[in-house]
Amino acid sequence: MPLVRDGKAVADGWTTVADDAALPADAPVIVSFARWRAERAVLEQRNAPLGLGLKNTDAVEEVGPEIHRFGLVALNFPKFSDGRAYSQARLLRERYGFKGDLRATGQVLPDQLIHMLRAGFDSFDTADARVLQQWSKSVAAYHAFYQPIGRLRPTLDNLRREEARPAAAD
Amino acid sequence: MSRKPKGPQAVTANRLGDGAVVYLAETGRWSTRLEEARLLLDAAQADAMLDEAGRDAATRVVGPYLIEVETGDAGPRVASLRERIRATGPTI
Amino acid sequence: MYAYDRHDRMFVHARVEQFRDQAARRLKGELSEDEFKPLRLQNGLYLQLHAYMLRVAIPYGTLDARQMRQLALIARRHDRGFGHFTTRQNIQFNWIKLEEAADALHLLAEVDMHAIQTSGNCIRNVTADAWAGVAPDEIEDPRIWSEIIRQWSTNHPEFSFLPRKFKIAVTGSPADRAAVKVHDIGLRMHRNAAGETGFEVIVGGGLGRTPIIGTTLKDWLPKRDLLSYLEATLRVYNRYGRRDNIYKARIKILVHELGPEKMRDEVEVEFQTIRDGALALPAETIAEIAAHFAPPRYAKQPGFAPAHETLRRTSPGYRRWVETNVVPHREPGYAIVHFSLKPEGGVPGDATAEQMEAVADLAEKHSLGEIRVTHTQNLVLPHVAVEDLPAVWRAAEAVGFATPNLDLVTDIIACPGLDYCSLANARSIPVAQRITRRFADLGRVHEIGPLSIKISGCINACGHHHIGAIGILGVDKQGEEFYQITLGGNAGPEARLGDLLGPAVSADRVVDTVEAVVEAYLAIRAPGEDFLATYARLGLAPFKERAYAPR
Repeated sequence: MPLVRDGKAVADGWTTVADDAALPADAPVIVSFARWRAERAVLEQRNAPLGLGLKNTDAVEEVGPEIHRFGLVALNFPKFSDGRAYSQARLLRERYGFKGDLRATGQVLPDQLIHMLRAGFDSFDTADARVLQQWSKSVAAYHAFYQPIGRLRPTLDNLRREEARPAAAD
Repeated sequence: MSRKPKGPQAVTANRLGDGAVVYLAETGRWSTRLEEARLLLDAAQADAMLDEAGRDAATRVVGPYLIEVETGDAGPRVASLRERIRATGPTI
Repeated sequence: MYAYDRHDRMFVHARVEQFRDQAARRLKGELSEDEFKPLRLQNGLYLQLHAYMLRVAIPYGTLDARQMRQLALIARRHDRGFGHFTTRQNIQFNWIKLEEAADALHLLAEVDMHAIQTSGNCIRNVTADAWAGVAPDEIEDPRIWSEIIRQWSTNHPEFSFLPRKFKIAVTGSPADRAAVKVHDIGLRMHRNAAGETGFEVIVGGGLGRTPIIGTTLKDWLPKRDLLSYLEATLRVYNRYGRRDNIYKARIKILVHELGPEKMRDEVEVEFQTIRDGALALPAETIAEIAAHFAPPRYAKQPGFAPAHETLRRTSPGYRRWVETNVVPHREPGYAIVHFSLKPEGGVPGDATAEQMEAVADLAEKHSLGEIRVTHTQNLVLPHVAVEDLPAVWRAAEAVGFATPNLDLVTDIIACPGLDYCSLANARSIPVAQRITRRFADLGRVHEIGPLSIKISGCINACGHHHIGAIGILGVDKQGEEFYQITLGGNAGPEARLGDLLGPAVSADRVVDTVEAVVEAYLAIRAPGEDFLATYARLGLAPFKERAYAPR
């Protein structure tokens, strides 16, 4: 699938494997939450990076404490207007400290990129050419945000405090 | 609308750029004048026109749908209160 | 008032330019209507019957003279010279073009205003008591907290695509003038046993198709935890709120389906996990926001107000206006003045550009530049010296805002209804106009006493009909406008939903029926008893009997 990261089209090294399909020998694969629960022992024996694909109704709490085992987590937007995966993303990043690739799948549109980046997503599985076209504009739209979420931009509050601080008297 | 229309129908929508009420006219153009609306006598033809209008929605109009129209000596008249208000403006 | 700094300004301007680009892409066909609709809604732009409608936020109902003048300018330049103040402290312009919407938003940004999140499935404009900061019974200024919530909720990346819209209201007084029990979250400030101020958090209230009075999830929440608790509640809602049925997607349905206990537990677990995180509010942050709302420097007023006292003795009209539309202020020598946007035969909540400018001038001259918008669609000058009241009264008379009917039978709340709104089933405004004409006799209006009439043109209940002492709901019966009447609704601390009087009545009959209900009340009330008290004592039966009696 076409993949976008950091404003560029990149090759996707991951293969999403259906629950009933055989696992390739040592390629990086993305498996469902159900398959991971059912075949965990086998999957952990593999000598290739493992990715986890979650539905937006899957409880991240169940997998959160072990999320570091995965090199990638794919979260799904069945419709761009269904915002459940934003909560999942923040929980994985902020509560469970997930450091790997957080991928958005499903209906990924250019005008939601900024929310996704802030919530912690870093790669976008989308065939929509507008995502690449709009990337720079979307990312540059704001100089700061009100919420202390993500690291894309400082908060307005932080900027105010920095400016209010007297110049160091050294 | 589940009820079967009794009389002629027309396609209406709001114009994308300014939201104005428009009707699909004979020439395929969108007109703000109900008198210019193309009257569709047969339900199948009306549905086909609506489909065509839907394709127009990308750049010209929003949300096309069919309305019932009554014809008379004074020209076409829309049947429902909602459409009368759309056609002639607020009643206040 | 909260004053934007450079960063707030850059932010709202960035938002305007972002929307300008989105609208341009829509007009070029690069965005479909489905893709564009949530973007325009989150910038306040609806598509109504005749045109686009722009809903502008007046955060917690506070604005200054300069901002009011800019609203007048927008009304002239981008609309047809008027605007409509709503029950959620917004103003709506009815005749906006998509092609010009970003220009109108730019004019707003020039005066530190916006239309951000006034629609869409996100956290909406936060509303508060219109008497914030000046009400004698106030515990703490709710605008401090409304502003803190405004900042936290603006462009929130996690909560921009909720199951459905989400409305928050804050009151800082025991007398609830913000209808907090019928909001998705209502916050009521009060003191705990130790005397500290905190919040009662009421969740899952709302009107619309399934009217419900909210459930208290937390009796007393410390101030430092406000945002953590809100974030926890919103997160539970975003994850578990229903998305399969638009009519069951509000948080009230989630509270109902989980049950209050389970809902409370879910929120509590999330809250305890995040309460010491980045959203905990340090005292200094609270103090910084609070400083914006410090009381203005009032000029010391002499102990007597001769012009006011003289006119009060000599002019019954003035006396009536003072007794009805002017209420006590916390600062001695000052008063809170209400401008009624409910003249006889008028459109409730409408103001022309000229009227807006006149109010701006008066605010500058007599109210330290400040104006408020009430959830009953009226305007307020919050800081008027008592001695200035005669001048303010004359000026209000001149612009048509001096009808002495605050909280009386002609102080009607009405949604735009089928004259403008694409959701409506029936008209609201003409019903309000006919009722105010029927009750044109001010002596009679005052004889009737406090009585709220609230009119909605459809079940979405923007006119709050469920909480009107007399509620009127427009319905469509085989293409004809009919109206269902409810009695006994109340918005305040004793919030209560009205009861259905009986079968819906035709448009021809609706004013007669309302009048019959009012006459019934006058006939059966005990001395000193207002409409709601009589209704509470006697119930529906005596009203029903008279309302449907053959004439």
